[in-house]
Amino acid sequence: MWDYSDKVKDYFFNPKNAGLLADANAVGEVGAIACGDALKLMLKVDPESDVITEARFQTFGCGSAIASSSALTEIVIGKTLDEALALTNQDIADFLGGLPPEKMHCSVMGYEALQAAVAHYRGETWEDDHEEGALVCKCFGVDEGMIERAVRANKLTTPEQVTFYTKAGGGCLTCFESIEEVLARVNADMAEQGVIAAGAAYRVGSIDPRSLKGKPRGAGPATKPAAAAPVSVPLSALAPRQSPLAGLVPPPASPAPLTAVQRIKLIDRAIEELRPFLQQDGGDCELVDVDGNTISVRLSGACVGCQMASVTISGVQQRLMEKLGLPLRVVPVK
Amino acid sequence: MKPVYFDNNATTKVDARVLEAMLPFFTEQFGNASSLHAFGAEVGAAVRGARRELQALLGAEHDHEIIFTSGGTESDNAAILSALESSPRRREVITSAVEHPAVLSLCAWLEKNRGIKVHVIPVDAKGRLDMDAYEAALSERVAIASIMWANNETGTLFPVARLAEMAKAHGILFHTDAVQAVGKVPMDLKSTAIDMLSLSGHKLHAPKGIGALYVRRGTRFRPQIKGGQQERGRRAGTENTPGIVALGAAARLAGEHMADENGRVRDLRDRLEKGLLQRIPSCFVTGDVENRLPNTANVAFEFVEGEGILLLLNRAGIAASSGSACTSGSLEPSHVLRAMSIPYTAAHGAIRFSLSRDSTSAEVEHVIEVMPGIIEKLRALSPFWDGSGGEARFNPVYA
Repeated sequence: MWDYSDKVKDYFFNPKNAGLLADANAVGEVGAIACGDALKLMLKVDPESDVITEARFQTFGCGSAIASSSALTEIVIGKTLDEALALTNQDIADFLGGLPPEKMHCSVMGYEALQAAVAHYRGETWEDDHEEGALVCKCFGVDEGMIERAVRANKLTTPEQVTFYTKAGGGCLTCFESIEEVLARVNADMAEQGVIAAGAAYRVGSIDPRSLKGKPRGAGPATKPAAAAPVSVPLSALAPRQSPLAGLVPPPASPAPLTAVQRIKLIDRAIEELRPFLQQDGGDCELVDVDGNTISVRLSGACVGCQMASVTISGVQQRLMEKLGLPLRVVPVK
Repeated sequence: MKPVYFDNNATTKVDARVLEAMLPFFTEQFGNASSLHAFGAEVGAAVRGARRELQALLGAEHDHEIIFTSGGTESDNAAILSALESSPRRREVITSAVEHPAVLSLCAWLEKNRGIKVHVIPVDAKGRLDMDAYEAALSERVAIASIMWANNETGTLFPVARLAEMAKAHGILFHTDAVQAVGKVPMDLKSTAIDMLSLSGHKLHAPKGIGALYVRRGTRFRPQIKGGQQERGRRAGTENTPGIVALGAAARLAGEHMADENGRVRDLRDRLEKGLLQRIPSCFVTGDVENRLPNTANVAFEFVEGEGILLLLNRAGIAASSGSACTSGSLEPSHVLRAMSIPYTAAHGAIRFSLSRDSTSAEVEHVIEVMPGIIEKLRALSPFWDGSGGEARFNPVYA
């Protein structure tokens, strides 16, 4: 279980200001049940002084989401709207004595709900810019603005932190490159302003998205193609949202298709690069034929009759797959 | 009240008799089973005894069909990798969408790194395998079909005997991850076409770190751990003799308790479910209620999130588990519940109670007593709960 601070536990077990606020005049709603957490923040603002006199919340979510929401209501009561707007999600986390890194998105949800509630009170539209195109992470409904705010407020410099703070990228990870772009752009800007060191700014491509999939995740529902005969689906064909496993298989960088001759040349060159290693052990290897994805090679010299020949072959296969980025099979021929 | 442990599908308590059986093998009987002297010989005899106990529990024809391993995950890996290695012309694997990560993660790795085609067979809303899709995937290109005997989250049983027959017709090896089923479901492997079966000690009151792989006599097998002649050259490494002896003792006890598990424990589980469903609105049992393990109840509570339920249960001294995203560190709910298309309104609030032969009626009544208050408390906090069971109005600026 999570290592929650005593204050988080206290605010979860005995939440303050929970429930509906009937005469609220500022309401902010963020999140969705599908995403695993949602918060409805209700404020009563005194029109004369702009002071928040009452605050209540309703939250669907984990322990830290409920604690963060309750903490938020405690923090904002007695503050003017401008003071409230100056709060960041870090203030919520600090109030609770810290949150586990993976749970920081709970504090961000509080921050976002507060911004939405104030906008509602002032008759403004809270950055509701997420029609289909503006969404970065479709799994958790996170748009560019939310990522940018979280990055700036918390000085985030890695895609993993962005996931912890906003949940973006926590599902299928197909948005990884978009997250990278937003992060790199905002970081560059922050470095220019001297908010973070230039060396700390994230650069696109410096992290392998596969490294972000450390958490155990199972396979998703195997959706059947509509009206088709019942068939099983290959892992890689599962819809990304539904297949955490798909995250293990990054989408190929779709290189321009190679011609047959180009492929053979590439394979030949890769084998030439491997030969010196085999020759060191008195063996050798030559390309005999390429048929689709099956590559026939002839082992010679010390490789012949060597008990490790099958290991050599699988090593050659592995190397070729890495070089070419294609699934291949290497078979030995006499 | 003493803490209530209803998370036996995660792990079980080592039975006192099992512990007693294994302890001498740390001290007086410390020999290496491979040694020729007396120290080795007595240990060798104990290992053989344990192998026979497992043979009896599984209904295997020969005791040497049992290979001791470090646990379920190693057994699953060994079975699938061996099958692919021993039939190099077959480059496809069949499995289900609800397998344990021990199988699914390996399959994803094989697809990515070895170019193996993996057929993932879907399940329906009750978690039952799509038999048509399974049949359609069978071909001469498939090396192995690996389908679990019982699902760890819902307890749903798969018709493994029939699935094995179907696979056999195409020359496909059939493996089943029976980690949850062994000791709860009577088995007679010799009368089936199942070629390989994985089991784990710590799910049946033996310690962690010991398990076994059943490999039917005559099955092509390629060892994945190389280095010695132990287990007839099929699993190198000095035998974990205390663990093996413990697993043998646990297997014998599981056999003795099989009737209790399928009688008294099943009744307790049914009483628990009935009690919860009667007292709590908007909840339902997931999985195939007609056909599942006797000890497992997976109940989805709508409009609440599992982590909150577990935290409150824990405070009340009750241990259970959840398919919710928040508890696992992942951001998405359980792949099993999503494969069953359980709506998100309920998947996040699914709680698994898994009983054992140690469970009592008083414990069940305690959970039935405590649970309604917990769900009510969390629903009162939820913006989706309007008190009637429907979804309250909620208009987020983003969703």
